[in-house]
Amino acid sequence: MLRILYQTLRTGTVTEKMLPEADKEIEIVGNALKEEVHKRFHHSLTIREIDAGSCNGCELEIHAMNNPYYDCERFGVHFTASPRFADVLFVTGPVSRNMEIALKRTVDAAPDPKIVVAVGDCAACGGAFGTSYASLGAVENVVPVDVKVPGCPPSPAALIRALLEAVGRS
Amino acid sequence: MVAPHFKQVLVEKVLVEQVLAEQFGDLLRTSDASRDGVLILSLPADEIHEAARILKKSGGRLSAEWATDDTPFGRELALWTAFAVPNVPDSGPDAGPDTKIDRFILIRSDVPLSNPAFPTLTGHFAAAYRFERIILSFFGIDSIGHPDRRPWIRHEDWPDGFFPLRKDAPIDAPFVRSNGSYEWIRGEGEGVYEIPVGPVHAGIIEPGHFRFQAVGETILNLEERLGYVHKGIEKRFESLPWTEGARLAGRISGDSTVAHALAWCRAVEDMAGLLVPPRGVWLRALFLERERIANHLGDIGAIANDAAFAFLLAQLSRLREDVLRLNKRLFGHRLLMDMIVPGGAAADLDAKGIEAIRTEMDRLSAEFERLVVIYDENPSLQDRVATTGVVTKKTAADLGLVGFAARASGISSDRRVRFPFPPYDELKVSEAIRHSGDVNDRVWVRIEEVRESIRLIREILARLPGGSALPSDGLSIRPQPGRTGLGIVEGWRGEIVTWVQAGPSGKVSRVMVRDPSQVNWLGLERAVLGNIVPDFPLCNKSFNQSYSGHDM
Ligand code: SF4
Repeated sequence: MLRILYQTLRTGTVTEKMLPEADKEIEIVGNALKEEVHKRFHHSLTIREIDAGSCNGCELEIHAMNNPYYDCERFGVHFTASPRFADVLFVTGPVSRNMEIALKRTVDAAPDPKIVVAVGDCAACGGAFGTSYASLGAVENVVPVDVKVPGCPPSPAALIRALLEAVGRS
Repeated sequence: MVAPHFKQVLVEKVLVEQVLAEQFGDLLRTSDASRDGVLILSLPADEIHEAARILKKSGGRLSAEWATDDTPFGRELALWTAFAVPNVPDSGPDAGPDTKIDRFILIRSDVPLSNPAFPTLTGHFAAAYRFERIILSFFGIDSIGHPDRRPWIRHEDWPDGFFPLRKDAPIDAPFVRSNGSYEWIRGEGEGVYEIPVGPVHAGIIEPGHFRFQAVGETILNLEERLGYVHKGIEKRFESLPWTEGARLAGRISGDSTVAHALAWCRAVEDMAGLLVPPRGVWLRALFLERERIANHLGDIGAIANDAAFAFLLAQLSRLREDVLRLNKRLFGHRLLMDMIVPGGAAADLDAKGIEAIRTEMDRLSAEFERLVVIYDENPSLQDRVATTGVVTKKTAADLGLVGFAARASGISSDRRVRFPFPPYDELKVSEAIRHSGDVNDRVWVRIEEVRESIRLIREILARLPGGSALPSDGLSIRPQPGRTGLGIVEGWRGEIVTWVQAGPSGKVSRVMVRDPSQVNWLGLERAVLGNIVPDFPLCNKSFNQSYSGHDM
């Protein structure tokens, strides 16, 4: 237990501190985001992530939004297990044929109004996989999309920026 | 003591080939494309299961099994099998580490279009179970005697008679869903109930379906059903020029982008006879080890988190983020995508960069060691991870598991050691092996591998050759028609096997990729038996398999 305490004290708060270039931006964008979330979503914005066929690269960066550097919960943003609670849907990947139905059902299960964000080049335009018997390409080929975030994969900072854009539009 | 080992190698080397030659006589042919460490044979399809028996007896493992449609060459279909065979059978303490090197034996068998079938290998190798379901699903080639003829990766609503990897199936073939249904394995009896989970899971993870039969909290059976993220990658390779394949290979499984791009490039270089300049070879290893560290850090944290110990997740994901940020700063991409290209590496490193990585390794090593002590000394965490999700050595060997999952069950499997691709032939990796096969040992193998990767990175930086990371006179990939190439890489999950084949005009004809998850998913089904349902996430995370790499 003492070791844990020491480690915690030794680490201190890393959020927004260590590498200034990226973090200053996170702070500015994050605070703007926090304001929007407070105003429009009663202090709490909930995201449901749906992998519709991704290579998992986008998931890694979405995960990183929760690491201590970005810690997106401090802006009132958190991820939910159920689409029923979701304000925002993060959809990744080209939509695979085998996920088409599950994607539609999950999007349908989220209450209106909902914001669908196509995360990554694949979701935004089909990316490296294109369209084929197995891949339907961009997410908008299957469900309506509100915001597209380019990048392969988009960085956590880009994702937080995109969230600001998404809630600003709602 | 050295001399007898030496002899044993020679005897054994003669043995496998001799036994095969004696058994099959004229039926067995050796390809002139065989080379050091890779023997390419051909044998009638009817004999392949007998060859499999012989290879198994000499300690071989079925590493991959796939089909090709050779109609562009004026032939018909073909079955390929790849066996990893130890030069010396694992014979207890006497087998010295230097002799623990594998060879690959590839066997090609013609399969007629009029009767597309061959006798199953499932009687000898459990891994064939899913390989052959994939061959049936994508080529319509039947494996006679296979206990399970359900489709795999192909879902039940795909159009009948549509076999995407056949040459007469266009990549954008119209897709009309049919009304198929999938026969699940059922459990019956008093108190037995079923829990279906997925494809969309509760977290930020890839999709797949799991079906548990349980009594009370205890898992009686787990049936996986995957294929949800099948994107037609193997077919897509066939429509791309050789120069663009590395980019796609780097997106087979985003967490293994370096490893997959490397396996693909090594296969293409093998096929086309390309040489990589020494600096390119060593930089590739640097990227591969950085990828290993980043994934191990993130996963050890995530495993602890699944046992409700969020502290380690926070700490380790911080360390992971540091590695990714330095990647971005030095090489331009956090996950190192597109750094590995045919002929070498697309990014280089100057003296300042080398210094930055050295400093990073010092800091990482110190911080990591403190966290390891915390992991090891936390009783409530140990209570969850020790003796949970056990895969015994026998089960691991029977299933042919690869990577850290095999090593946690006492099986030597590190391709950096057992089939050392350059520069690992000079780096001398020390292989991490543990023996209890539980969640804890899967974590410990990864802890030891982080340490070893830190050591390797320091050594790579110290020995980094000068010159260019890419061939100075440019690159052209012009393989002979029909030429094949094999790339074997130990990614952070384990052995990746990539095989490429040039068509009659020298363009891509077939690319086969065997991600470690294609065999290791079988291990998870076994690991959870007898465990309680709430420990499933923990077991699952301790393997952290790729769905995308499996589904392709
Ligand atoms: S955008 Fe890139 S990282 Fe994201 S799913 Fe597509 S290939 Fe993977």
